[in-house]
Amino acid sequence: MSEKILEVKDLNVSFHTYAGISHAVRGVDFHLNRGETLAIVGESGCGKTVTSKAIMGLLPKPQTQIKMDGESAILFHGENLLDYTEKQMTEIRGSKISMIFQDPMTSLNPTMKIGDQIMESIIIHQKISKEEARAQALKMLELVKIPNAEQRMKQYPFEFSGGMRQRAMIAVALACKPEVLIADEPTTALDVTIQAQIMDLIGELQKELNMAVILVTHDLGVVASVADRIQVMYAGKIIERGTVDEIFYHPTHPYTRALLSSVPKVNTNNKETLYSLKGTPPDLINPPIGCSFAPRCEYGMKICRQKYPEITQFTDSQQCSCWLHHPKADVSGLPAEIFKRG
Amino acid sequence: MAEKEVLIEVKDLKKYFQVGKHATLKAVDGVNFKIYKGETLGLVGESGCGKTTCGKTVMGLYEATGGQVIFDGVDIHSLNKKEKKEFTKRAQIIFQDPYSSLNPRMTVEDIIGEGIDIHGLYKGDARRERIHHLLELVGLNKEHAMRFPHEFSGGQRQRIGIARALAIEPEFIVCDEPISALDVSIQAQVVNLLIKLQKELGLTYLFIAHDLSMVKHISDRVGVMYLGSMVEFADSDELYAKPLHPYTKALMSAIPIPDPNAEKEKKRIPIEGEIPSPINPKPGCRFAARCKYATDECRKTTPELVEVLPGHFTACHNVKKINELGL
Repeated sequence: MSEKILEVKDLNVSFHTYAGISHAVRGVDFHLNRGETLAIVGESGCGKTVTSKAIMGLLPKPQTQIKMDGESAILFHGENLLDYTEKQMTEIRGSKISMIFQDPMTSLNPTMKIGDQIMESIIIHQKISKEEARAQALKMLELVKIPNAEQRMKQYPFEFSGGMRQRAMIAVALACKPEVLIADEPTTALDVTIQAQIMDLIGELQKELNMAVILVTHDLGVVASVADRIQVMYAGKIIERGTVDEIFYHPTHPYTRALLSSVPKVNTNNKETLYSLKGTPPDLINPPIGCSFAPRCEYGMKICRQKYPEITQFTDSQQCSCWLHHPKADVSGLPAEIFKRG
Repeated sequence: MAEKEVLIEVKDLKKYFQVGKHATLKAVDGVNFKIYKGETLGLVGESGCGKTTCGKTVMGLYEATGGQVIFDGVDIHSLNKKEKKEFTKRAQIIFQDPYSSLNPRMTVEDIIGEGIDIHGLYKGDARRERIHHLLELVGLNKEHAMRFPHEFSGGQRQRIGIARALAIEPEFIVCDEPISALDVSIQAQVVNLLIKLQKELGLTYLFIAHDLSMVKHISDRVGVMYLGSMVEFADSDELYAKPLHPYTKALMSAIPIPDPNAEKEKKRIPIEGEIPSPINPKPGCRFAARCKYATDECRKTTPELVEVLPGHFTACHNVKKINELGL
């Protein structure tokens, strides 16, 4: 049995905006095992980035509300991060749990040399001299395969290309050998050939350091090659989860199916119209009472709009929140592949 | 195929930018292609390869440094002001970023109507009717006409951009990364819309994107660009099934496939390093520095785009050798 390193229980995050309170994350539960890759997939605004920032404790304080009572908790090695003070979080952030961000252009400090940015986190978390920190930073830059690392240490972010900045950011994130790495759309801003290089790099480092990775992305192609487990988010809730094979070959939720079929396949010569979802995701200031996907769902039933669906457990790893899988649902005339197993 | 009519012919197109006293950025350096009436030509490549510059130069938004863009028999870079206006009535462009390409202080009606007014096509009620018709054509409602761009989502804004391009009934549209800024499910909506409009209105597209799977889906023929030059050009199915140029091979193998089993079996051809700077490029094949087959000849002379197989063009000195070896 693999060891649970991180466990998120009933996470609720809401923001105060001018228009009202926006419920960005509404009751998310999941866990992360040591050394595995968990992918969180969903469209923009579904709450995947907010979930990862909540784990890091990086959400802006006065306007964010995280539910603290009841079952709600973010357990890291059994300790609830929600109860931590800012000082305690600083100790964990960057050393035990690290994050790489989507946009390498804006996430590095433009006025600091790359070497100093990597050294910064080493010096904060480890009691070592500046010289030793410099040596470690140099090693990190070599680890992420930046050529002429010695010389590159003294350069500023603007002197780096997009792919190299992303590498530098990975070096900053991994400088203290964290146990959990949260990669928030690490390759969205990059070209495919560079994307492949970066994903390979993350995979290699993951093996070397036995890290657990949470990969937040909307690119199903990237997920297929690296993830162990996938969870699909929609409007602030996890609607389906399972292993890679389960999600790709036996998707059970209509939204997961729609996501998978709206991507064109390169390896087939299929010129017919792409499957396209009608409409847009719901407004999270007034989220729908029932299933949030119901207004866009082609199989929507009356109950879908009235009550949030219960979780149906298919295997140890795969579960889905959809009324279609309720034993009493009228499923005559629906495509059989939704229900086919194995 | 003689019955296919050439709409646009691009001949040895060059666009250089002077970026310093002795530094010339060669964004597009001698590109040739033809676009037939009613087809979609895809243009792919990594960022910085010159595909957007190429699209904008074809549209006449940039002055070409050299070469010609022949639209229906006339070189568009030789037109005077009046003739240019005639040309813009027939060719339009859809921009990449739906957030910055719409004027935030104009209503949707005025954004779409601007072209109609400039060309004096419709007035008064007819203009309003035309705008409402266009909004419905792209899947929006006429109630949206009086709103401002900030009231719309990214996908809706891109539809406004499409409606604006269609407003003056052009024959040719340059789609410059029209879907890169959108979510997966919205991308499918916009691509389906573009295909539907092409069928209904008989449009010709130059579709520029870095999303290779989307380009394959929408295009009849595809050109691959690398550092300002065209390295391979073929029918889209042919190109994706049988890439001949070493760069195209590497590029194709890097496309992530949304299928775990196919992804496991796939052999990636790694490509070392990054795209070099287009400022004062070295002579010879642009890809030579990263190519594992590169010979001395590659570093000295620039390969021409030649027809290797019927309808399949490649610019590589060693293309026969590489592909006979089955690599």
